This record gives sequence, structure tokens and C-alpha cells, in this order.
Amino acid sequence: MPLKIISSNCTSCSACEPECPNVAIFEKGGTFVINPKKCTECIGHFDAPQCAAVCPIEDTCVIDDSVPRYQAPA
Amino acid sequence: MQASTPHEPTEVTPVVNVEDVMQQVAEHKGCGTSGGSGKASCGSAAGQGDLPTEIWEKVKNHPCYSEEAHHHYARMHVAVAPACNIQCNYCNRKYDCANESRPGVVSEKLTPEQAAKKVLAVASTIPQMTVLGIAGPGDPLANPEKTFKTFELIAKTAPDIKLCLSTNGLALPDHVDTIARFNVDHVTITINMVDPEIGAKIYPWVFWNHKRYTGVEAAKILTDHQMRGLEMLTERGILCKVNSVMIPGVNDKHLVEVNRAVKSRGAFLHNIMPLISAPEHGTVFGLTGQRGPTAQELKALQDSCEGEMNMMRHCRQCRADAVGLLGEDRSAEFTTDKIMAMEVNYDLDTRKAYQAKVEEERLAKVTAKQEELSTLAGEMSDIKLLVAVATKGSGLINEHFGHAKEFQIYELSTSGAKFVGHRRVDLYCQGGYGEEDSLETIIRAINDCHAVFVAKIGGCPKADLLKAGIEPVDQFAHEFIEKSAIGWFKSYLDKVNGGEIEHIQRGDAEIRQGALISAA
Repeated sequence: MPLKIISSNCTSCSACEPECPNVAIFEKGGTFVINPKKCTECIGHFDAPQCAAVCPIEDTCVIDDSVPRYQAPA
Repeated sequence: MQASTPHEPTEVTPVVNVEDVMQQVAEHKGCGTSGGSGKASCGSAAGQGDLPTEIWEKVKNHPCYSEEAHHHYARMHVAVAPACNIQCNYCNRKYDCANESRPGVVSEKLTPEQAAKKVLAVASTIPQMTVLGIAGPGDPLANPEKTFKTFELIAKTAPDIKLCLSTNGLALPDHVDTIARFNVDHVTITINMVDPEIGAKIYPWVFWNHKRYTGVEAAKILTDHQMRGLEMLTERGILCKVNSVMIPGVNDKHLVEVNRAVKSRGAFLHNIMPLISAPEHGTVFGLTGQRGPTAQELKALQDSCEGEMNMMRHCRQCRADAVGLLGEDRSAEFTTDKIMAMEVNYDLDTRKAYQAKVEEERLAKVTAKQEELSTLAGEMSDIKLLVAVATKGSGLINEHFGHAKEFQIYELSTSGAKFVGHRRVDLYCQGGYGEEDSLETIIRAINDCHAVFVAKIGGCPKADLLKAGIEPVDQFAHEFIEKSAIGWFKSYLDKVNGGEIEHIQRGDAEIRQGALISAA
């Protein structure tokens, strides 16, 4: 549940969309958003969240503090 | 991953001899005559006859590959590829201005379907449009599905249009076979270094194999992929041009080495461009105050690489959605709203007829140059000088001094008139240069020239130009550029030889950094 995209920073370049292993990213209202129900912080898939790693604007794909951190299944 | 010694030039045998190809392009006189002798050249040493037809067809109508073709043929870019897989210090993905003309900038993104419609609409309106490129605004190969879907749609509906793409090369080795399958016959790779230590100063990171790499490691991955991608294109007979951004103090001297590395791997044309780094663009280089090269620094580097391979000097560093002839952006006429409402009638015959007419015009221009060139025969002089030309195209001196948005620069010597670049003199869209400053701007931009050729010029600017040591020449209005320039140069030499004037070297000139205003 944890990453979100700061929409005022998003250039809508779409680089994050195909990188997401959970297909949690989609375009909405001109920028991209992350479905918090699907996001797993890429835990179990990759070393680092892919959206943040590919995003051209720093501090745009960030941990969303308003929701609990993702817990990987035991 | 392929272990590599990527910087040891591995000689790749090109499918065609690219030097021969470029020689033919440079000397193209059309099929019919050969230079001054006027004899038929089809099948002879001076014309198309020596070239495999498929190679000739690939290069002769491509404005970005032939400085001669760019006066006659137009290209368009469709912005279907927004994502990028690397970060460059000269790029800022947040910046978008409709008046701005430079790579990476675009006003609206298109779906492949919209792009295909747009290509048809433009090709029907501008019959000299022969080339479709995908150049971003990100990297085409970081958006492979959108890029190749677009090519597929266009190949179906407008089969006569040539396809090309421009990439940073990171994902190139993965896609070379697909590129070949879609009959993409030109690829441009932007290669700014072959030394990862230098690369680390240009690229903060690359995203590769699900990981962000930084520093020297990132640059090493990038250069390995670029070199391998270039070799793979050469092996498949796909023509490859290399773009390099000249960044003084970072890679300026190193680009000579880059030139050798790409030549040995089969690149057929090298385009060294000046860094664009205005602070208002918000790029890393813009903010750190990294300067771009002066006109003479750029020319000196291009000249020093020229012995090694063909250099391109007519690049306008256009937008990822540019439409029209180089230097004449018509993208505003073809917004999505407008093209969706357009009645499109794609008439292949009309296009062919128009292009045949262009070939005639092109031939006339080259013939005129050859005639005048013969008058220089026997002249002996070491004098080499630059002249600026105000032109709207068609190879003619047909622009008013005050209306020119750019000047073409020719180097004149006893071997003839050689196109060596162009200088933008348009005004800033922000900041406001007033009318009274525009003449100074022009003089700074062409300060290394001895003369400026125009169709017409007012009395005031004429006097100011003369004061600055630049001779305004309007006696060749609406005549062919090269023929006129050679004629003028011959009389200049006569005056120098007769002691009437003294030949003095000119100083350096500025390269304009600001936004290109797409004036109506």
C-alpha cells in the first residue's frame, strides 16, 4: 500500500507504468497514480520500488505515510 | 551479459561502403548529368549508378542525413514515446513550451493511432514530407510497444514514407532485430562519450534491468550498449548516424575519440551539436552555469573530425514533435484537434509528382553551382572565409535581412562554397529583446562572417553591418546561393589581389541558446 505519486511533480511520461510488477499504476486526470491496494513496494519482486527508480523527477514516487506500510506475506 | 572490451574498436565490415554512399550523397547531381561536363551519369562514376539502388533510395530524400536534401524534403516527428530510461544533465523533462524548439520538448503526446492519422494528414498537406521519425520526447526504445505500433500503422497506410528513430542506445541491442523487421532504415544514436569517467559527468543515472545505476557504472553500461547496438545495426545494413552534444570542458576534446570509435563501427554520419543550457530550461547544466560552445569552437571540432568521416552541420536540434522542413516548424498546424477534424486524402500519385518536381529544382541548383565553380578553376589563394545567407529555402537567396530567423553559413575558398552551419537570430520568447537589440543580436551571431547575402536590406542595418565589418550583399537577390557566393568570392579575391582591399580575419560568433519562435 505504500508508494504514491506526487501529482504536481508528475510529467506524465508513463515510464513507471510498465515497470510496476503489480500493474498498480494507471493514468488519471493527466498524471499517473498508484492503486494503494495493489502496491507492494516491489517487495519480493525487486530490490527497489521500480516506479521511483525509473522516474525522471526526484521525490515524485514516494512512500505514502498516510497508509500503513506494506507487509510481505509470511 | 556480453563481456566487453567495448572501447577497442572492433572493425565491423559494413554491408555497404558507407564512405562511397556519402560521397555520392554529397555529390548528388541527380540521375541525368554529371557536373560541369553535362554528360549522362547514369551508370557512370559520378552518379547514382554506382550505388546499390536500395541504399541510394535510403539517403537521397532524407533531410536529416543530407544537407543538400534538407532544402527540399521535409520530415516529421511524432511524440509517441514519452518515457525515458536514462537521465541526462542537459535535459529537463518538466519543461514544455510551445515556442521552444529543442530535443526532448513536445506540446502534446500522441497515441500510435493518433500519430498514424497525423502522418497521413501532414503527408497529404506537405507533399515533400518523406520521413517520419520517432525521437521522444523520451526514448523510443524505452517505449517499444508504442514506437513499433506506430511504425506498423504507418507502414500500412503510407508505405512510401521512410521510418527512422533516434535513441540513447541503452535498449538498442534488445531491439535491433525488431528495427530491422519494421524496415526502419535510419537510426540515430546519441553518443556523448566512450569513456565512462566522462560519461559520469553527463549522465547521473541509467535504468537498466530493473535497477537504477549511477556514476561510472551507469556510464559503462550505457557506452557498452551503445557500441554493441551500433555494431549490430551495421551488421544488418541499417544506416546509423551518431549525434553528440558538445559540452565545453566535459567532452569537447573527447569527441574526437568518440568520432573514431563510431566510425570504426560503421556509423556513416556524425552530427556534433552545441550544448543548449539556458538557465531557464532548468537542466542540471543550465543551473550549474555550464556554457555551450561558441560558433568557432563548434566549427573547429567539426572540422577536426571531418577528415575522419562525414560531418553533419545542418542539424536544427528540433523538437520531438517537429513538422516540416528543418528550421521551419509547422507543428502548430497539426494539433490533435485539428488533424482529427481533417479530411485526409492520401494521394500517392500527387506526392510522387511533387517530388519529381523537387528533383528538377534540385538538379537546377546543382548545375548552377557547377557552372560557377568552373570560373574558380586556376585561382590560387589560401584565403578561406565565411559568409552568411538569408534564405527561405530552395537553395536561393530569397529572404529579407530583417525577416531572417536564421542565417546559413558557407565557407568560401578556391575549392568552392561549402555549407558549414547555420546561426539562429530569432528573438527570445521570454525576457524580451527589443527591436533595437535585434541587430546587435544578428551581428553577434554572424560576427565571424565577412559578408551577408540577402534578398533585400534597409539602409540603417546596412550601415551598421558595414561598421561591424560585415559586407551586406543584395545584388544576388533570388539567385542560387552557391553560385552567387562563388561569384562574390571570385571578385573578392580579385580585389585582394589587386590591392584594392586587405583580407582581414574575423573574430568569433555566438550560438543562440534561447527558444525558437514559430512565427506565422
